Amino acid sequence: MTAPVVSVEQLALRFGDRELWHGLSFDVERGEFLAVLGPNGAGKTSLLRILLGRLEPSEGRVALDRDSIGYVPQQRVFDRDLPLRGRELVRFGLDGHRWGFGRLAAPDRRRVDEAVAAVGATALADTPLGLLSGGEQQRLRVAQALVSNPSLLLADEPLLSLDLAYQQVIVRLLDERRRSAGTPVVFVTHDVNPILSAVDRVLYLGPGGWAIGPVDEVLTTETLSRLYGAEIDVLRVRGRVVVVGTPDAEHVHHVH
Amino acid sequence: MFTDLLGQHFVHTALLAGAVVAVVAGAIGVFVVTRGLSFAVHAISELGFTGTTGALVLGLDPVLGLVGGSLVVGASLGALSLRGRERDSAIGAVLAFGLGVGVLFLSLYQGYATAATNLLFGSIVGVNDAQLRQIAIVAAIVLVALALLYRPLYFAAIDPEVAAARGVPVNALSVAIFLLVALTTAEAIQVVGVLLVLTLVITPAAAAQRLTVRPALTFLLSIGIALVATEGGILLSLAKSWPTSFFISSISFAFYAAARVWSAARKT
Repeated sequence: MTAPVVSVEQLALRFGDRELWHGLSFDVERGEFLAVLGPNGAGKTSLLRILLGRLEPSEGRVALDRDSIGYVPQQRVFDRDLPLRGRELVRFGLDGHRWGFGRLAAPDRRRVDEAVAAVGATALADTPLGLLSGGEQQRLRVAQALVSNPSLLLADEPLLSLDLAYQQVIVRLLDERRRSAGTPVVFVTHDVNPILSAVDRVLYLGPGGWAIGPVDEVLTTETLSRLYGAEIDVLRVRGRVVVVGTPDAEHVHHVH
Repeated sequence: MFTDLLGQHFVHTALLAGAVVAVVAGAIGVFVVTRGLSFAVHAISELGFTGTTGALVLGLDPVLGLVGGSLVVGASLGALSLRGRERDSAIGAVLAFGLGVGVLFLSLYQGYATAATNLLFGSIVGVNDAQLRQIAIVAAIVLVALALLYRPLYFAAIDPEVAAARGVPVNALSVAIFLLVALTTAEAIQVVGVLLVLTLVITPAAAAQRLTVRPALTFLLSIGIALVATEGGILLSLAKSWPTSFFISSISFAFYAAARVWSAARKT
């Protein structure tokens, strides 16, 4: 058994009087696909920011190698007149942290091309970023996160504004990668259905606590009712998970 | 008369100083525009005015006050690393207060009023050899720093969250870019004056961004436009004795307007 890639111990997060969670402990193993679910304001993005070292937890500690993280941030659409092409956005994922101007050597240029091709964005690579749709920009962000060959992937709602076909492209890409290269994926999402086939475990951050485990143990009427302190129904409809009764409409696991 | 002037030493000094400032302003302008810092540049420049008048009152070297004032404001804006609306209103508040203090200093200053006019509207033809040397040294510092920081600075400008995740020191870079902007502003003030700094630091870069999306070409075009505007402005003001700053800002603006028309025409 190799050491876990991420180790989280007794983590607590409070903003003023409001406690989002405490005693949060879990490991992420090599090759694991972990989905982070929960209503808006449950601290899903904050958890990623703690893992990234951008936010200090109120208590507890996390252990991981921050030098090799691929990160897909929550979507922020680029300005229309941003003077940058898709290819350069992806390239920054490779060498944007290094000093100087830097010319891209041939092998690196190939890596950028391959990363762009893997998200089906070759035809978009030379278009100004600002002229691409939200979904097109999002695909390039995934390529950017993968181009550096990271040892951990953190993704914050990476499927937002993607149509179903490209949702599947991205999920398959991450799934293949964690199987072939062993790169674990921590995947924040409000809808578990597009990733049901890939996900190993779910971390559910609820208003009354948290739970972690396989989909069949966490996304149940019993567990979610406990986490919400209210009656929640979890139904399986044609292989999809439908959650009924959460106060947060955003959180309903839509049936597409 | 015009050809006589072209042989004069002070004209050569002015053209050289203008060229140096144009290169630096054109280069840093691309970062300023990409980060949306136009208003911050204006604030730094006006508070450079406050610093200069303060230095005049205290009997210090006005250029020292100019650079000092710009750097203090630049460093504090960078350290606060405010974003969006909050940054806008904070800058507005500080800018207004600083200008008020500058007005007080100006009224306390018993010297020649031309010092203040030169400061506000520029006095490129008054640049002497010692000033030219100063300008060249500061320009070299800014250009070397920009070249060294180019990639992380650009990455942090367009995508701060991901840049931070990749280990780019985003906050330190924010302070760095503001300090470099402050130094550039102090340079540009000596050519076009406090009120017209934007014509060299913003307009050429904004025009260049309309013309291309290739980063390297954006820099070259921005520097080129700033150079043509500055040198053209100085030469025109020798031929016709209107203020240099008027010509510089007009040429610079003509490029901007043309670039907008061109990019609009290309899209249709």
